[in-house]
Amino acid sequence: MIYREAGEFKASYREDMAILPIRQDRWFMWALMAVAFLVIPSIASEYWLGTIMLPFLILALAALGLNVLTGYAGQLSLGTGGFMATGAFAAYKLATAFPELHIIVVILLAGLITAGVGILFGIPSLRIKGFYLAVATLASQFFLIWMFNKFGWFTNYSSSGVISAPPMTAFGDFFVTGPHATPVAKYLFALTLVVFFAMMTKNLVRSNIGREWMAVRDMDIAAEIIGIKMLPTKLKAFAYSSFLCGIAGALWAFVHTGSVEPLAFDVNRSFQILFMIIIGGLGSIMGAFLGSAFIVLLPILLTNAPHLFGLNIPVDIISHIEFMVFGALILFFLIVEPHGLARLWQITKEKLRLWPFPY
Amino acid sequence: MHERTLGDVVLEVRNISLSFGAMRVLNDISFDVRQGEIRSIIGPNGAGKSSMLNVINGFYHPQEGTITYRGETRHQMKVHKAAEQGIARTFQNIALFKGMTTLDNIMTGRNLKIKSNMLLQAIYWGKAQKEEIEHRKKVEEIIDFLEIQAIRKTPVGRLPYGMQKRVELGRALAAEPDILLLDEPMAGMNVEEKEDMSRFVLDINDEFGTTIILIEHDMGVVMDLSDRVVVLDYGLQLADGPPDEVRSNQAVIDAYLGVSH
Repeated sequence: MIYREAGEFKASYREDMAILPIRQDRWFMWALMAVAFLVIPSIASEYWLGTIMLPFLILALAALGLNVLTGYAGQLSLGTGGFMATGAFAAYKLATAFPELHIIVVILLAGLITAGVGILFGIPSLRIKGFYLAVATLASQFFLIWMFNKFGWFTNYSSSGVISAPPMTAFGDFFVTGPHATPVAKYLFALTLVVFFAMMTKNLVRSNIGREWMAVRDMDIAAEIIGIKMLPTKLKAFAYSSFLCGIAGALWAFVHTGSVEPLAFDVNRSFQILFMIIIGGLGSIMGAFLGSAFIVLLPILLTNAPHLFGLNIPVDIISHIEFMVFGALILFFLIVEPHGLARLWQITKEKLRLWPFPY
Repeated sequence: MHERTLGDVVLEVRNISLSFGAMRVLNDISFDVRQGEIRSIIGPNGAGKSSMLNVINGFYHPQEGTITYRGETRHQMKVHKAAEQGIARTFQNIALFKGMTTLDNIMTGRNLKIKSNMLLQAIYWGKAQKEEIEHRKKVEEIIDFLEIQAIRKTPVGRLPYGMQKRVELGRALAAEPDILLLDEPMAGMNVEEKEDMSRFVLDINDEFGTTIILIEHDMGVVMDLSDRVVVLDYGLQLADGPPDEVRSNQAVIDAYLGVSH
């Protein structure tokens, strides 16, 4: 009864086409933003900000990128980790070669370079689909990581292969990378970027290009017959998806871990992001965030839950349980709710609109 | 039925032959389509009617013969080119974008008319937003025309069959085509739905002046709606002419009713 659109009349198409046409949704979103920008930085501990919120945000951005490609445009990809690594190394090369560049410029350029690499590996998508495309993108994953390990140029010939991100400021003394950066600063910087790109992505998927992506996903032959060109549409999806993944990679290396290493972007990362969008919801912006929250929080919950009940389970068993729970959940979602947590959220909202009546 | 003067020839199909391997699907088919007419293609199952439509909109490339559209003879053509030239179609087995709403499906039909680039669309400001609203208005006109207001925001996968057919017609109309290819728009419908669909076909032809090429099995509908009818059987052209003439053609009667050898 509380949550419904009755009594809200749309007088123009602009109002009807708003991202959140229902008033309660808008209030909820503003409240969420207030919590994210004001409440969390002031009350959360360093542990929460550094080890939970930051990875959550950055992985959500990568999941957003993969969701554009897989969830909206229907092109299955296992190259997310490779694209994130490209973003991280591109940002590192740019930041060391041109130290005067602002961090935002470095991150955006890293994203654009990754977009270029994404286009290159997206070309086969014109000919191959589904699992075969997934295997082709898997090849890009291995190739990119191999390349960053093999050629010293990428790591500026560092002997250990592990390199740390140079300290950089967003403005004045507000360090967002390096040893002087506070967790709050890192969190706010990542949050701002993620919110910005989430908005951009939402705008894209509700515009013409988004409809073209979904048309290609749902029925590619019909899409072509109504005039959608396959190659540019698919390559745009690859470009934008890897743009976001590249930015997520740069943020991961610069803001989160502070070091650039290929190991952080191996094939496990690709699968992790894929699981996020499967559990969170394919073809949903919200799904990327829900999936990321779920996969970042679940291990922490599983590690801490036995202590709450006074049980003492050895660490190795816990990590095995984690794998089992993950596997079971992915099977569960694939069978029961292929549209993931975002769909469950949607159903809840539809039920709430009618509550307390059944229909 | 209606005595009308037909316009100039817009589309000419000349000596088209199409085979898939050893399978001869179309054999030396020739007919023309005039501006503003309703042209039907009929024939038993497997006669090559849908293949003929696929040739017309560039999805199949015939081995022999030519297609002349608006005075231009086409050779090998990319599939999306037909849409750019103003040829839209619906499919025998509905080919809607199942995960999208009715509104989005019809909006996608206008994709060629949207000019703002990806960056503008990402910001959703100025020209991009203005365009979205403009096209939304046009799409609402189509929704009103087809009387599908109530299912505007329903994902089409959840709609009943008859409604899906209607949405598909809406998506084709959204492109404001010169020629509309309808592949069995009334298959599997009840009498009432058939009447609605016939009314839409006539109205589209009347109000927008759209030339229509129609494939349909319901002879009553075909004879009532069409200006001229082409009859195919096993890839061969049996007859071509006004409904009355075709109806009394012996070869056509034999093909439909069978003939004793």
